[in-house]
Parts: sequence; structure tokens; C-alpha cells
Amino acid sequence: MKKILSGNEAVARGAYEAGVKLAAAYPGTPSTEILENIAESYPSIYAEWSPNEKVAFEVGIGGSMGGGRSLVAMKHVGVNVAADPLMTFSYTGVNAGFVLISADDPAMHSSQNEQDNRYYAKFAQIPCLEPSDSQEAKDMVRTAMEISEKFDTPVMLRMTTRVSHSKGVVEFNDPVEYSGNKFDHDFDKYVMIPRNARVRHHVVVKRQAKLEEYTGNSPLNRVEEYGSKLGIITGGISYQYVKEIVPEIDVLKIGMSFPLPLRLIKEFVEAHERVIVVEELEPYYEEIIRAAGMTSVEGKKYFGREGELAPYEVAVGLHKAGYIDSVPEPYTGPAELFPRPPVLCPGCPHRGVFAALRKLRLTVTGDIGCYTLGGLDPLGSLHTCICMGASIGNAIGMEKVDGSDKGIVAILGDSTFLHSGITGLLDAVYNKSNITVIIADNRITAMTGGQQHPATGRTLMGEETKAVDFVELVRALGVESVRAIDPLKYDETLEVIQEEVDRPGPSVIITNQPCVLMPKRIMETPYEVDLELCNGCSLCFRLGCPAIYPSQEKNKRGKPKAEIDPTLCTGCTLCAQVCKPEAIILTRAVEKV
Amino acid sequence: MNNDTKNILIVGVGGQGVLLASELLSEVAVESGLDAKKSEVHGMSQRGGVVSSHVRFGPKVYSPIIPYGQADIILSFEQAEGLRAIDWLSPTGTIIVSKTRLVPPAANFGGIGYPDDPIAELNKLTKNVIAVDADRMALDLGNIRLVNTILLAVASSFLDFKRETWEAAIRALVKPKFVDINLKAFAQGCALTARKVKV
Repeated sequence: MKKILSGNEAVARGAYEAGVKLAAAYPGTPSTEILENIAESYPSIYAEWSPNEKVAFEVGIGGSMGGGRSLVAMKHVGVNVAADPLMTFSYTGVNAGFVLISADDPAMHSSQNEQDNRYYAKFAQIPCLEPSDSQEAKDMVRTAMEISEKFDTPVMLRMTTRVSHSKGVVEFNDPVEYSGNKFDHDFDKYVMIPRNARVRHHVVVKRQAKLEEYTGNSPLNRVEEYGSKLGIITGGISYQYVKEIVPEIDVLKIGMSFPLPLRLIKEFVEAHERVIVVEELEPYYEEIIRAAGMTSVEGKKYFGREGELAPYEVAVGLHKAGYIDSVPEPYTGPAELFPRPPVLCPGCPHRGVFAALRKLRLTVTGDIGCYTLGGLDPLGSLHTCICMGASIGNAIGMEKVDGSDKGIVAILGDSTFLHSGITGLLDAVYNKSNITVIIADNRITAMTGGQQHPATGRTLMGEETKAVDFVELVRALGVESVRAIDPLKYDETLEVIQEEVDRPGPSVIITNQPCVLMPKRIMETPYEVDLELCNGCSLCFRLGCPAIYPSQEKNKRGKPKAEIDPTLCTGCTLCAQVCKPEAIILTRAVEKV
Repeated sequence: MNNDTKNILIVGVGGQGVLLASELLSEVAVESGLDAKKSEVHGMSQRGGVVSSHVRFGPKVYSPIIPYGQADIILSFEQAEGLRAIDWLSPTGTIIVSKTRLVPPAANFGGIGYPDDPIAELNKLTKNVIAVDADRMALDLGNIRLVNTILLAVASSFLDFKRETWEAAIRALVKPKFVDINLKAFAQGCALTARKVKV
């Protein structure tokens, strides 16, 4: 059977075909759909959203040790969170197969950095496979499981956004039945006290030599010959771009990028007058190849190490290299166009919080989620964003050096707080920090498309479960002042934040409005603007709501009055609350559109 | 370069159904026996930001991204987004644009404003502009979210796929309770091209 699947759907299918028993992840673009698809389409696999990537990785280790093939998935920066267990799991090795899916995000479509996780494979000394399309993504999951068991090592499958989120035709196979051995009390292998770890490190080094032998003969790496003088070494999505631009050039396609097939590469280099490496982000292949003595090989000279490649970039690079005569000139549209950045949705409960924070002119340390958009104008009241859970630690440090009389607020979402904010808050209590933490609880992991988490009361597999009570949790950590607010009540929000900022000691404010999109779309009767009352003061525009747009009608000073798009307005009332002349009113004649 | 591959770029704003449209198109291509790939970006861009989806089909497709300046058709669900995407259009390509006007909050504050007449600007750049009043049509049908299906129907007259295949894809991919209204929107879009733009 053939079907058109995204790379992520293909990985889910690959897990099923490989007889995977357990899958765990924390959502993160571009990896999220892998676990969603496993849970939706392959109920024979136990699938969970873990509170964070470290826990997901450790659950996966447990699954492998327990004898079930296990897969864990995360975005590139998630691997940073899981790096601790990763580095040592490389030493112990597996029982049943274990595959880590690292979904990297070149060009940072939805990420805070564009780190190249192939270096993690090298760092942890574990095999790395790089699919270039959906078919390979599916097939490589199974191959990775086999490599994992054969060489007693976790294996990394490194996706990128364009592989994860592109769709292509995939041929299905039947699933294999895998039955592993039960967990064996092997003290020397699984208990990494120094005495055992020293021995296991030696095992890793010996394993490396065997993997080098394997990669040299593996069909994962292949030469496509057309008899050209130029040879291109490429892998991952870059392979597709190379084939698009120069379909009849000799290519060494890398499918296993750690360890690299150096013997095969050497033969390829010797057989060609000139060899160019085409790879996205860092010169990962190039450095290893040149360090192995093949110093004539070129690469990053012609291709940037920032952002994504695409067919055009490959053409430009090969043009710079003197290989392609000319690069087609694209159409030239307008030189400058207004920006259309992502914004908080109409009716988003985060808007009320940021409107209040802006009014109070507070310094706000931020975090990762939809609410990071509160940093953009016109709300513009989030001033840092580093990584998941960083807001609280950042606020503590800032407060410690900047004096405790200045109100510093940390803001993070429900899912992010559970991911890695709890320990930060513990620090605030323990080290007596005068900060205010706002948990913007919209009861879902929203930015990644609406996933469950430990406070939603539902698991990935759709079962009901115990939901964490934030107030109890926060109190148990030792926070004395815990307040709940309705973020869509502007005056109340303003007042509570001011009170908590003024109060000595750490305090926590928890918002109580759900996301407007998920799990249910919230649509109340829309509001409209009475243009006779509107004075064009623009206070409502400053909420940055996509439903409010400038009217053709102007005020005395020629400034546009406001209008509301009834198809977008959710009736959250926030703009009506900030409108001084009370021109924003409930729509009178309600037409359902 | 591979000239047997057809390149369709679909652009719009988060929430307009760009992804559903590209799903439908690639499904139709695969069901018609072609190789197909499509690519888009999820996550941040869906929060009211720009959304684009590249769809490519032919005997054998490599890159899931359209080479710059080689789109045979651009489908734009919003006027000004058509302008933003125009660099991707091939000199022989056609842009089909909805007259939908979505002014982002950012354009209300200084800086570069929303263009007065994006379609007029498009007409200055290329002769092949088909502007469709898809907004009005969709609202007349009772749902603004039908803009995508109407534009796809207009595009279908440029592509060699059977009407039944399109309809089957709509039945397969659209949520059951919206299938009928989408089929109706598709029919109206097709009628439009039969009448106005003979290609």
C-alpha cells in the first residue's frame, strides 16, 4: 500500500512496522506530530506525553531495558534537556532497540536557536541516521532499531523541519513481531558507578570501531554515478535539492552520518577531480572529512551555515563554485512589504495579562510558548526568552543583582511550568527571592497545537487521569502568596499584579481562562464599534488583537477610528474594557457568519 | 532542472485553510497516479502569521520546496500575501488571488502600512492575475472558511485532473459535516472559471 505521509507520520508508521512497544515525547515543533500519530493510528504502542524531554528519554530507557523496542521524540533543543541521560545511556547500551528522534529546525521556523544535533551523536558516540524524505524516515526507524540491538547502543534519527513537515509518497510494509528479553539484573552494564562506567566507556570505544566498519558497507550510504568529474557529498534534505538542481552529477548520499563512511568517502574523493559537500547548518561532514586528511574537499565556502538551504541556495552555491554558469533571476516583487508576524489569537487570555504588564511598565522575564508573542509590539511586555523554564531563574538572578525593591515578573505557561519551571520556583522560595511568577494557565500545550499535559486531566492515549492542582503544588513548594485571576478582567488583573509585585517574598499568580482554540473553539457573540462614539484614541489597537482594524472613518485629527471584524471577534470583552468612550458594544443584530 | 514537475504555491494567513488546500491538491495528484511532495511549516506561523505551502507533482519529484521563481500557479487567499509571494511566480505562471483583505495589527502602527490596492500592484508586475471575489462567495455560502476551496476550484481549470478526483479528495479529507458545503463551493469556483477566464 502507498500513501502520502509527512516525515513525522512516516516515523510513526516506521515505529509501528518496527514493532515498537513504547513511545514517549514532550511536544515541540517540528517533532510533535510523531507521537500524535502514534497515539491516533497505532494503539498497540504505549504512547505518552512526558512532562519534559528528560523524563521522556528516561521512560524510553526503561522501556528498552524492560525488553520493548522504544522510541523517544523531541525537537533539537529538547535533546539539550535530555542530554544527561543520553550521554550515559550511550555507555550502558540497550536491551531492546532504542531510537531517539531529534527534529532539528534549521531557519528557526519555530525555535529559539538552530543548533545542529548531528554533533550530539558524535558527542555521545552513538550512530546517527539522516533521512531525506518520508519513505526513508519510515524505513530508517526500523533500520535504526536493528542497528541499536546489533551494536548495543541508542541510535539517533535526525530529522529537520523540511523532512518532518514535508509530505511524500510512502510504500508500507507489514509490521514485525519483536519480542525482546526481559530486564536482566546486569549490575556491570546498567549501574553506572565509576567502576562500571570505566569499563563501559571502553566498550563504547570498541563499539565505535565496529560501527565504522558497518557504516562503510551499509546501503544507508550510497554512490549515484553518472560519470561526472564533480562529485557532491550530501545527505538529509540537501540531497533532494542537489538532485533537483543537478540531477546528473555523481553523488555520495550520506544516510548514516555518525560514524561517517570515511573509506567510501575517500574512494569517492579519489575518483573525482573535485568534490563539494552540500549540507545544511554546520560543516559537520566537511570538518570530519577534512580532518581525515581529504583537505581538497570544499563546502561551506559556497553555502551558508545559517538558516535553511533550498533549491535556489544550492544553485547559487554551485554557481559561486563556478560549476553552474548562471542562476535564474526570480521575479522581483515589491522591495518592502508590511510585516505579518504571528500574533496572539483574537480572544487569547494572555492578551489581558500583557496589557496589564505593559501598563505597569514592569520588567518581565519570559519563556517558551504562545505567550512569548507578548514581547512583540504593540503589547511589547516580555523582555527575555531563553529556553523552557528559564523565566523564573532569570528573574531570580536579575532581582539578586538589581535589588529586591524593583518588581520583576516571570511569566510562563502551564505546560512550561510543569516542564521545567517547578525547580526554578523552588529556588525562588529557597533563596528568598522577591519575584512574582505568573503561570499563564490556559490548560493546554497551545503553541504546538494543543497537547495534553499533567494538569489537563487527560493522557495522550485519551484516558482520564489525575490533574495537577497548581495552587496546591505551588503552596507545597513553599509559596505563601498564591492568587488566581481572570486575565480577561483587565482592572482585576492590573490590581492583583501590582499587589503581588509590592509584596515582599516570592508570589505566584495563576490565570484561569482556557485557550480560545483548544480543546474547544470559544466563540461568544462578537462586539462592534459605535463609530459615532469612537474617538480614534487607538487604545484598543494597542491590544494587538487581529479582530480590530482601522476604519476608513477618521477622528478630528485624521486618525482612523476602529472597527471589529465579527468573523474574528470572540467576544472576550477586553477591548470594551479599555475603551474610554465606551464605543465598543455587544453586536446588536447578530448575524451568524 | 526538472521541467516535468508542476509547482503550486499556496499562501495565506494562519487560519485560512492553506494546509487543507494543499492536502487536497497533493491527494488529487497522487490519486491521479503522479509522484507528489508538499512542504510547509507548522507552529509559530499559524498564529495569524504568514502561512505558505509548496505543492509539487510530476513523474518524479525531488525537492519538496519549489525552486525560487518557478511556481506555475500561486494561489493567494489574501490580497497582500499575493504580493509577498510574487517572487516565486514563474514568468509564465498565473497568480489566482482572493480579494480577501486581512490587515494585521502590526500594520496599524507606523512602519510600513498595508498597501492600498495590492491587486493593482500585482497587475503591474504580471499580466496573469486572476482576482476572485472569493470572500463574498464564501460568505454567501455561509462560511468565510470556504475561500480556500473556491480558489482551489479556480486553479483546477489550469490542471489536468478529473473533476471526480477533486470531489473524491474533498469527501476523503474534509470533516464530514463540511463536505457538502465544500463541494458546493468547489462547484461555484469551477463555474466561475468556465464563465470568466477561458484558459
